[in-house]
Amino acid sequence: MRIALLTDVHANLEALLACLAHADRAGAARCVFLGDLVGYGADPAAVLGVVSGLVSRGGAAVLGNHDQATLEGPSPRMNPDARAAIAWTRARLGPAELGFLARLPLSLEENGRLYVHANAWAPERWEYVTSPFDAGHSMRATRCRLTFCGHMHTPALYHLGPDDRPGAFTPTPGTGIPLGRPRRWLAIPGSVGQSRDGNPAASYALLDDATDVLTFHRVPYDVEAAIRKIREAGLPPSFNTRLEAVP
Amino acid sequence: MSAARRPGLVLDGYVLEEKIHQGSMAEIWRVRRPEAAEPLVMKIPSFRDTDDPAALVGFEVEQMILPTLSGIHVPRFVAAGDWSVQPYIVLEHLAGPSLRARLDATPLPPEEVASYGARIADALHDLHGQHVIHLDVKPSNVMFREGGAAVLIDFGLSRHDRLPDLLAEQFRLPIGTGPYISPEQIAQIRNDPRSDLFSLGVVLYYLATGERPFGNPTSVRGLRQRLYRDPIPPRGLNPACPPWLQEVILRCLEVAPGKRYQTAAHLAFDLQHPAEVPLTGRASRLARDGALTVLKRRLRTHGEEPDLGRSASGQLSRAPLVAVALDPSQGSEALLEALLLATRRVLETEPGARLACLTVLKTSRIAMDSALDAEGRSVRVQLLVELRHWARPLGLGVGRVTHHVLEAPDPGSALVEFAAANHVDHLVVGSRGSSTLRRYLGSVSSHVVAQAPCTVTVVKAPAREAAERGGGPAPPS
Repeated sequence: MRIALLTDVHANLEALLACLAHADRAGAARCVFLGDLVGYGADPAAVLGVVSGLVSRGGAAVLGNHDQATLEGPSPRMNPDARAAIAWTRARLGPAELGFLARLPLSLEENGRLYVHANAWAPERWEYVTSPFDAGHSMRATRCRLTFCGHMHTPALYHLGPDDRPGAFTPTPGTGIPLGRPRRWLAIPGSVGQSRDGNPAASYALLDDATDVLTFHRVPYDVEAAIRKIREAGLPPSFNTRLEAVP
Repeated sequence: MSAARRPGLVLDGYVLEEKIHQGSMAEIWRVRRPEAAEPLVMKIPSFRDTDDPAALVGFEVEQMILPTLSGIHVPRFVAAGDWSVQPYIVLEHLAGPSLRARLDATPLPPEEVASYGARIADALHDLHGQHVIHLDVKPSNVMFREGGAAVLIDFGLSRHDRLPDLLAEQFRLPIGTGPYISPEQIAQIRNDPRSDLFSLGVVLYYLATGERPFGNPTSVRGLRQRLYRDPIPPRGLNPACPPWLQEVILRCLEVAPGKRYQTAAHLAFDLQHPAEVPLTGRASRLARDGALTVLKRRLRTHGEEPDLGRSASGQLSRAPLVAVALDPSQGSEALLEALLLATRRVLETEPGARLACLTVLKTSRIAMDSALDAEGRSVRVQLLVELRHWARPLGLGVGRVTHHVLEAPDPGSALVEFAAANHVDHLVVGSRGSSTLRRYLGSVSSHVVAQAPCTVTVVKAPAREAAERGGGPAPPS
């Protein structure tokens, strides 16, 4: 079965629908969301409607730091723009959407795969995986052979061999990578709704769970429409410059 | 574990028939599926040397890369065993010995060395086009199909552009085979396809002279010597080695990848057209450089910054082989000029490109042709002179342009065959507009567009000329 791994949608409906259409054409039978469904973007209710529908039909989702902040109020560590966006987002969600967020687990294990937003060593502290060192730390902290996480917004793949030395790899979109057996792997599919690597296209990944072949994808979508909605909603303009993705 | 393996044992449906090789990293069995007659080989990693992680990671690399490869220049991948039960790889069985068997007969005649070299370069070009750098080219890793095509085996040290390099992180020492390893690999750079051309240069040197150019060093210090100490020129060891072959071999063995052939296709091209190999100082050398030159080189190699950011397929796209076909004797001036302009544009985008200028000398299918024209001049020589004259304004340096007169009854087929045999990436041809006859018979350019194994640009003279002749704008031919 092919599983679509989607993360950091950040209330960007245009990007989410483009990725789902791509995944559908590529034969995905199931969607797993790795957190940060909301925050920054202009369509939190619509995105949660789509995601909760997919989860109720056999999909899965875990909690991200923006999802948690939307439920519990922004953390003092967040910047002023992010805090404003959290308040704006919360005001647009009804009991059904908030209830869906409240039921999301911090992490989820399934057939040797760990789904978690930030890392495996302390999911609730939201620390980033920015290097092979961090990735090694995370891979050693779980019994699962494969870890899928988000939070970083840039596609990346790390691996840990029998000699315990972690390696890093920048994936080429569209190339299937066999996640070989004698090794642990940590994959970051990149962000669906808020690319930060200079390429405005949305990112996600597809896993064939029979062969453990992972393919990263980049999907173009109507970025201008998403930007227009953010502007019209009166959200901070800094979110737009991010979407325009000038490196 | 291996003690239990014996002929007759069945592993995942494969009957073990005979152990055909026991290496330090793996054992190789001839196997067969009960329902199929086709003989196969099964490669099983040796776990006896568990203190050598290279064996395990190398096997992992091979299991990852082999399924992505296809074509006649690699063994066909059949199956891989689950790592948690018993790792193995099942491949097509290749009969016959490897190139290593020919080492006993060295030095080989130059034609045989060139033939092996061209076939191995063909195989490497195909491999590089599939995003893979072999990184362990040596005689024991080259086999041959019945038709003569080279097959590369053992991808345990290889690197795939688009897959994680599992070996890069694991080892702090150079990875390769001592006599054949390239200077970049010694510096732990594993992403330059020109490393394979260096190793092939060592193979050709060995075949042509019977000696290894850099001996068989076992220490890193010994390996590093090839960065500054040049080998004895092949003609210094074997005077029967012609200057052109020495030129080719020493160019492969250049320390800086930028001074070598830029692609395996360029190397195969020269090995197939000895008369076209431009001879430089490399061809005439008979002794090694003096101590002072070597010392200077040695000092320079310290602190040198390696050239990073390469990849197998990236290098191919930077150094394409462009061919242009023209008819200098009959083509209109305007068409020749348009061809020159189009060729210049194609070459300008890629400074590493090489150009082959082609013309076809039409021969009769039945009668013997006279090689002399009415004035008794050699037609062939005259055509070569005109090709050189035409290409001169492009200002291409030595080694970037070659000139060829193809003799064939059918120009279209001759061009297509040349493009296929020489891995031409881009073929530029002229179209001479339309004529009643052409409409019925089909033009050379449309035949080439349909049949050539590469991109084809069809160049037409500006319509103005046709209008001046009263023919109106030329319709597409």
